[in-house]
Amino acid sequence: MNTPVDEGVIKDQKKRYSAGVLKYRQMGYWDGDYVPKDTDVLCLFRITPQEGVDPIEAAAAVAGESSTATWTVVWTDRLTACDSYRAKAYKVEPVPGTPGQFMAWVAYDLILFEEGSIANMTASLIGNVFSFKPLKAARLEDIRIPVAYVKTFKGPPTGLVVERERLDKFGRPLLGATTKPKLGLSGRNYGRVVYEGLKGGLDFMKDDENINSQPFMHWRDRFLYVMDAVNKASAATGEVKGSYLNVTAGTMEEMYRRAEFAKELGSIIVMVDLVIGYTAIQSMAEWCRANDMLMHMHRAGHGTYTRQKNHGVSFRVIAKWLRLAGCDHLHTGTAVGKLEGDPLTVQGYYNVCRDSVTKVDYSRGMYFEQDWADLKKVMPVASGGIHAGQMHQLIDLFGDDVVLQFGGGTIGHPAGIQAGAVANRVALECMVKARNEGKDIANEGPEILRKAAQSCTPLKQALDTWGDISFNYAPTDTSDFAATPSVA
Amino acid sequence: MMTNPTGRITQGQFSFLPDLTDEEIGMQVDYGLKKGYAWSVEYTDDPHPRNTYWEMYGMPMFDLEDAAGVLMEMNNCRKTFPNHYIRLMAFDSTRNVETIAMSFIVNRPKNEPGYGLVRQEVNGRSLRYTVHSYATDKPESERYSG
Repeated sequence: MNTPVDEGVIKDQKKRYSAGVLKYRQMGYWDGDYVPKDTDVLCLFRITPQEGVDPIEAAAAVAGESSTATWTVVWTDRLTACDSYRAKAYKVEPVPGTPGQFMAWVAYDLILFEEGSIANMTASLIGNVFSFKPLKAARLEDIRIPVAYVKTFKGPPTGLVVERERLDKFGRPLLGATTKPKLGLSGRNYGRVVYEGLKGGLDFMKDDENINSQPFMHWRDRFLYVMDAVNKASAATGEVKGSYLNVTAGTMEEMYRRAEFAKELGSIIVMVDLVIGYTAIQSMAEWCRANDMLMHMHRAGHGTYTRQKNHGVSFRVIAKWLRLAGCDHLHTGTAVGKLEGDPLTVQGYYNVCRDSVTKVDYSRGMYFEQDWADLKKVMPVASGGIHAGQMHQLIDLFGDDVVLQFGGGTIGHPAGIQAGAVANRVALECMVKARNEGKDIANEGPEILRKAAQSCTPLKQALDTWGDISFNYAPTDTSDFAATPSVA
Repeated sequence: MMTNPTGRITQGQFSFLPDLTDEEIGMQVDYGLKKGYAWSVEYTDDPHPRNTYWEMYGMPMFDLEDAAGVLMEMNNCRKTFPNHYIRLMAFDSTRNVETIAMSFIVNRPKNEPGYGLVRQEVNGRSLRYTVHSYATDKPESERYSG
């Protein structure tokens, strides 16, 4: 049995495949001269090797454990074209200002992946490797999916362009709100909140992530009352309206049953939670494509693996997988609201959803150029602790192609839900108008809102109630390559 | 009179704001022209939320330098159809967009009767819904005329 030796790749085939343990770099999982092919999947891992583990060996181990390697040499490799199955770590750099952490670039040949399967891609890339003992921690920071692989995915069932055409709403962000309280309302009371919000001026209302079919409200009751509210509000305003009916359930069979009922009642949109898993998401996207349905994705659970910088998977990678898997709406953060997110990093997620080609941009965490090969675009959703007084910041940060969701900021309005919806819609329209007229909304925004509030009492009440509320905590998931001030 | 908080149909980008003046409309048109959009004037007497195809008042205007031409077409349309809904729409031909980029109403009938909701009872507690435009009870040429 040989012991690991400190040398590079072993060229002598007899020595390479004699039984025993070799270093990963000796087995061919490190190639500092490798030039990635246009058809390779490229991954950037942030790794924290255990004390005394060489960063190049750690990077090679990541490449090995996420492709063909096992802990010891196996002769059966020699029955295969094994070099093409080996992922190759090709660059390692220390993370600026963070001793002990390294960025490792790894390339994977296209043959390693099954077409059109996020489950397959993730089983390799975030499978065993994240539990590997020689690493204290690992995080998948970014990924480049080659065009050849992108083209095997169908992507969003509808896409943001066609969504706007179906809704007949253009040139402004869409407005939504999550029905609150999220748990406890009867179907009848729940529908009241939906009706008031939509009639007041919102485009969408939304089920929350954990509203499924609990003792206080059976799902069919919710769907029936909500759709009465949606249609009544549509007649009252002359606009297309919708409410994301959450069809998340324990089995695919039950999810299909709920989605079918939503369709029968004339809903334009259904919703699922990220926790149903990638295969279920791809299946629901198939169903939505076949039934002219928008699919809203609530990223429930992502914070367990996206938030900490040293371990897990960055949300920009999750967003890329979800655009391929297929959803039409995706919660991507607010930067200014109650939930985690540094503004530039969050803008990076928005770009992943909406770009035709995502350019390299270190300050937003984009380490690779990603050509989306004309894949449909996802409508990002900003939801969580935002209010009308932040309208200028939200439009300045995110532009028009976004759903701005003011849950508490609509339902908690002192003059009622309709008044809350009016405040948000007036704030939105006056800010879009001002921006188009050439005003500097980032700086003049508060003044523009105050002026609009002079002829809109609900907006004035909203600004008086929430004008000074901000959630100004330092974000944890920030770029390592740019100063990232929080938005005041 | 409709019963929503604006008392009128709320389609388009600016229905919750006071009616835009011609000068303000010109600024929106200029914004679109700077982005390379083509503007179009459309009118209808049936603004049902699912009535996608309003009548085109001429073809979309490509290659314009300033807003004057669009405003002239808009005002001609207003003179011809003073009691119709008229909207301006901007088309964006950018690859992967290729749709409408802006849309807002610039003319309305004096009286907006709005819509009723027709409920048809079907299986169990299910309902089928029809949004019915009161104005369309009259023939095309006679809607909003009084």
